Amino acid sequence: MTTATQVDAAGTPGAFSGDESAGGRWSEAFRRLRRNPMAILGAALVLAFVFIAVFAPLVAGHDPNDQILLGEVRPGSAPGPRPGFPLGADQLGRDELSRLLYGARQSLLVGVVSTLLGLSVGLILGGLAGAFGGKVDNVIMRVCDLLLSIPGLLTAITISVILGQSLTSVMIAIAIVNVPIFARLLRGSMLAQRGNDYVLAARSIGLRRRTIVLSHVVPNSLGPVIVQATLTLATSIIDAAALSFLGLGNPDDTRPEWGQMLSDAQNLLSTRAALAFYPCIAIVLAALGFTLLGESLREALDPKFRR
Amino acid sequence: MLRFVVRRLLQLIPILLGLSILLFAWLRLLPGGPASALLGERATPERIAAINHAYGLDQPIWVQYWSYLTRIVRFDLGDSIQNGRPVTDVLRTQFPGTIELTIAALIFAVGVGIPLGYFAARRQGGPLDGLSVVGSLIGVTIPVFFLAFLLKYVFAVKLGWLPPSGRQDVRMNATHITNFFVLDGILTREYDASWDAIKHLILPAIALGTIPLAIIVRITRASVLEVVNEDYVRTAEAKGLTTAVIRRRHLLRNAMLPVVTTIGLQLGLLLSGAILTETVFAFPGIGQEIYSSILNKDYAVLQGAILVIAILYVVINLTVDLLYGVLDPRVRVR
Repeated sequence: MTTATQVDAAGTPGAFSGDESAGGRWSEAFRRLRRNPMAILGAALVLAFVFIAVFAPLVAGHDPNDQILLGEVRPGSAPGPRPGFPLGADQLGRDELSRLLYGARQSLLVGVVSTLLGLSVGLILGGLAGAFGGKVDNVIMRVCDLLLSIPGLLTAITISVILGQSLTSVMIAIAIVNVPIFARLLRGSMLAQRGNDYVLAARSIGLRRRTIVLSHVVPNSLGPVIVQATLTLATSIIDAAALSFLGLGNPDDTRPEWGQMLSDAQNLLSTRAALAFYPCIAIVLAALGFTLLGESLREALDPKFRR
Repeated sequence: MLRFVVRRLLQLIPILLGLSILLFAWLRLLPGGPASALLGERATPERIAAINHAYGLDQPIWVQYWSYLTRIVRFDLGDSIQNGRPVTDVLRTQFPGTIELTIAALIFAVGVGIPLGYFAARRQGGPLDGLSVVGSLIGVTIPVFFLAFLLKYVFAVKLGWLPPSGRQDVRMNATHITNFFVLDGILTREYDASWDAIKHLILPAIALGTIPLAIIVRITRASVLEVVNEDYVRTAEAKGLTTAVIRRRHLLRNAMLPVVTTIGLQLGLLLSGAILTETVFAFPGIGQEIYSSILNKDYAVLQGAILVIAILYVVINLTVDLLYGVLDPRVRVR
């Protein structure tokens, strides 16, 4: 589920030197992001995706559940493109374009909620492991190892089967898959920070451990986590589509979902193949936007790429 | 080396135990509890009571766990509610399909990925390099089912070059000994049966192998670029060694370390991807079995399939670790 490239050999996407102020690094990174065409393209795709998701009722020409072209539906096929319906309709005569635009809502929702949920739980666990070390660290990391020892999609499938068919269970399932990734990342990043001079300095002037961890180590360790979160948004969108493609998504099709549209279109591949490709392309564009943004953010934050 | 192998094998035990606990808990958390989950629509109060008794579900939880564990070890995973066959039988016929598909995908990804990454790095900035960088970026974001649909539509539905679904033409009436269809054809000298099985593998394998391919190209390229500038490569060049020797003994051997790790990590992706690829191509394997057991709420089969894939994944990771020890002697000491 998570691609290995998201984490480089050192285990952190983009290693950081802790000797500069956090504010300076971020504004410098932002300056470099603006000059990177990959980042601009990624940001544009993400903005378009979010805009469509939020304003779907205004952008879409028709109600996604209105079976306007039902009279045109022939068995084993679906109505093709015609004036007012640039992408034609699905096997129930509903406007394909409107369903695609509305589908952005579900994808964005699943992507954001499952990433944020996985991120928060992962950060708490990883932070505890990194801050306390010892037994706490050992227990948390072994549980993470166990979760990572099963392919992510399989974990997500088993969890959604327990929770039953719904959008909520898809979100929770994907969040759980994301937890160990973030936990490991923050822990690794914190351990790397711990040996730094500024931690020694903070300790020597008598700061409490909580203050050191919360106001020095954690902020300095967040860079790779933010990069990973952006990339996780992309994988979460793809995974959510995969789960609903496998029949584990929202059973109610009045709220269109790209994965489910794809699974419905499977039977029409020989007559109206385009119906399978539209949702696929939507998924790819949304995921590509976040991936481009994440990758360029990683480059912008990584001192190795400063030339 | 032996101590390294033994140590790594011992580390398997907690992972496998943890896995069994997770699956045990999972069966208990299923809607309606394990008995009605295993029986499905055939569940009646009497049958549930019988299952509860037979599986010891009326006993303390640790006794239940122990008997669960012993049943797993004896490969007793219950019966499928779809056709009443023992789950172990179902898995035995489906498992070779997934393995064949995964191996074919891996051959494609590694066989194309490593040379492509190597030559992209040797001619850095050239057209092949540019193409491989862009291609690998797009490759990692394309969901496996998109590629599967695209390939199936173009090469099977439109052009009709390759079969759109299945593992072998049923009209072949081929003899199956191991259920690895390609191997069976060779063993029985029914070479046309092997060839037919290979034709059925090509499209799913390319669909499944493309994402790992993209990642392998990226890592190989980055890794070769890093190694090329090392002092020992310059020394080897200065000694007057031929390019072929430098490539094999100095460049590739050192550059392959991160690539091997990546390939290992990709296998999890391959197994997940196999579930989706098999569904699109109606390719009879564990993945398709998972899909149909989700649809039919056949939890006994689902449990067995998850168990098999998880164990396979753990074993593969172990193999990668061991391979890493062979390639990099420093790992063994740690």
